[in-house]
Amino acid sequence: MSQPSSSCPSCGAPVNFRWSGSVQTVCPFCKSILVRTDIDLTKVGKVADLPPDSSPIQIGTEGALDNKAFTVAGRILYEYEFGGWNEWHLVFSDGSSGWLSDAQLEYDVTWLAQPQPQPGTFPEGLVPEDRINFGGRDVQVTSITRAHYKGVEGELPFEYWDKAEVTFVDLRSCDEQFATIDYTEKPPLLFQGRVVQFDELCLKNVREFEGWSPAGRR
Amino acid sequence: MSSPAVPPPVVKAKTLYCVNCGGPVELRGFGHTLSVVCPQCHTVLDVSTPLVQILQRAQEAQERIQPTIPLGTRGTIENVTWEVIGFQVRQIEVEGVRYSWDEYLLFNPYYGFRYLSEYRGHWNFIRTLPLVPETIRGPRPAQRVQGVTYKHFQHCSATTTFVLGEFPWRAQQGDTATVDDYIAPPRVLSAERMDGEIVWSLGEYWTGAQIWKTFGLSGQPDRAGGVYENQPSPHQGQAGAMWSMYWWMMAALAAIVLYFMVMSRREVVWAEQRTFSTGARGEPSFVTPVFELQGHTSNAQIYIQTDLDNNWAYFNLALINQDTGRAWDFGREVSYYYGNDGGESWTEGGRSDSVTLPSIPPGHYYLRIEPEMDAKLPSSMSYYVSIRRDVPTYAFFLIAAVLLIIPPILAAMRIGSFETARWRESDYAPSSGGG
Repeated sequence: MSQPSSSCPSCGAPVNFRWSGSVQTVCPFCKSILVRTDIDLTKVGKVADLPPDSSPIQIGTEGALDNKAFTVAGRILYEYEFGGWNEWHLVFSDGSSGWLSDAQLEYDVTWLAQPQPQPGTFPEGLVPEDRINFGGRDVQVTSITRAHYKGVEGELPFEYWDKAEVTFVDLRSCDEQFATIDYTEKPPLLFQGRVVQFDELCLKNVREFEGWSPAGRR
Repeated sequence: MSSPAVPPPVVKAKTLYCVNCGGPVELRGFGHTLSVVCPQCHTVLDVSTPLVQILQRAQEAQERIQPTIPLGTRGTIENVTWEVIGFQVRQIEVEGVRYSWDEYLLFNPYYGFRYLSEYRGHWNFIRTLPLVPETIRGPRPAQRVQGVTYKHFQHCSATTTFVLGEFPWRAQQGDTATVDDYIAPPRVLSAERMDGEIVWSLGEYWTGAQIWKTFGLSGQPDRAGGVYENQPSPHQGQAGAMWSMYWWMMAALAAIVLYFMVMSRREVVWAEQRTFSTGARGEPSFVTPVFELQGHTSNAQIYIQTDLDNNWAYFNLALINQDTGRAWDFGREVSYYYGNDGGESWTEGGRSDSVTLPSIPPGHYYLRIEPEMDAKLPSSMSYYVSIRRDVPTYAFFLIAAVLLIIPPILAAMRIGSFETARWRESDYAPSSGGG
């Protein structure tokens, strides 16, 4: 697989894409947000330095889920009233892309649901503990999060630089299935997946923490 | 594939300074910590932004509580290292009585957070559940998780009365959550509702000894007091084991009985039909010819069958060993009455009788028989006497069967009293103090 490469129109540094489907990336040197049109890059903005965060995952972390290898190519960092969380953009070996969410070290992996549910599947004004029958499965609204985006890094499958306020509704089932409705778009986008345990991801190239052995094991 | 241009450095532990007293405050939870308590002045600090702010002034009216497991202590559970980074005391009020328990926050920068709770020496290792249990409706609500049904135990409102260390949320004195506990010992499923969110968690019962070993604490844990909601019964599995033991013993007993039934000789060594009459002259007693009782020491059964008709007879009997002169003297009364009282027929007694003499050694014996009947009226009877050797008896087996059932019944009672003690502390106590 050959990755498209180009140079940053802002500082001239080489910009390599990990994934041919990437639409947006952030220049690792000058933090310019670059959007592909196709291989020429247009600078559309600049991100502030990401606040120091403590996710064990980083751009370039590799892992596998259900025997499918992936590389972490980008991320969106969200912040809300009670903290923040990362949505890591995963690029799978078969070229598909997914999202690994790390919210206070609780992990789940979701994919953009294909096809998207019919408009009106999810009623308006959902509140926590509402139950919905969805795809034959009984799911419950566990949280409604109003967040704002704090920053982006690396490659993303869409342009994501001017979104301010976002609302997410998280749905969980009794068997660790997980879905989130992203109300940024109209109609809202449904991402579906499941809860994953840290060990299940078989991560390599994770971050190191002072005072801790790699991967926190004995 | 390209690697990041600048690999992020090792994430460093951080120390900041209390905005109230200026003392150093060490952060163990890296960027996950939102609030931390200054160890010097107990001010609760909001560290969610680089500008540290006071979340709560020194907690009121609290003497300094020392957590049993000091902050910073590490322990390994299932190969994963956990560090104690936070501590809180939470309190509930039931019928005017306040109960409080300790809660520890455990952290690992890869695996996230776990909790420990301690109440009167009973511990739980707790993880949050990223799922929604199945609700089972009924008179007593229950929840099902991964095939296990948890019965509702208690609903309460828990208030935080003291915090130490750091938390990934803004923990402070006065935090209130409603808590519903559902139990399936040794596990407890809890639903905590706070700020419009519901968090499910699953606790697993640990003993003080397990905690001491895991976290390398010095000294000995205090003895746990009372029965805790999800404490596994010490008699767990005992009843089942006892009942299966009981059925094995019964089967063995039945096999022995069967063996005796098949193997008993039951041979008639002497039998005779005779008559007796009160009017007859001469000595009514007589002795039988000598017969041999063979084999090992065993029982002998004397059987008497009469044709009594609204009458009684008494037999003086003696089994005499001709070789040693030893005699077994005994008497048997046989009576048989019947009639009709106002249309209702009745009978009393029976025409036959049998007596078993245990442990008769082998040898040559004879039987002395002396029948008696009411001398005041002329009576006569015809009777049949037999003596049989080695007749199976079942009374001992019956006694054994009754004795064998005692241990499983006692075990069932012990289990019952443990469960009663457990549920006495729940919302479903059979008779609560309030009536």
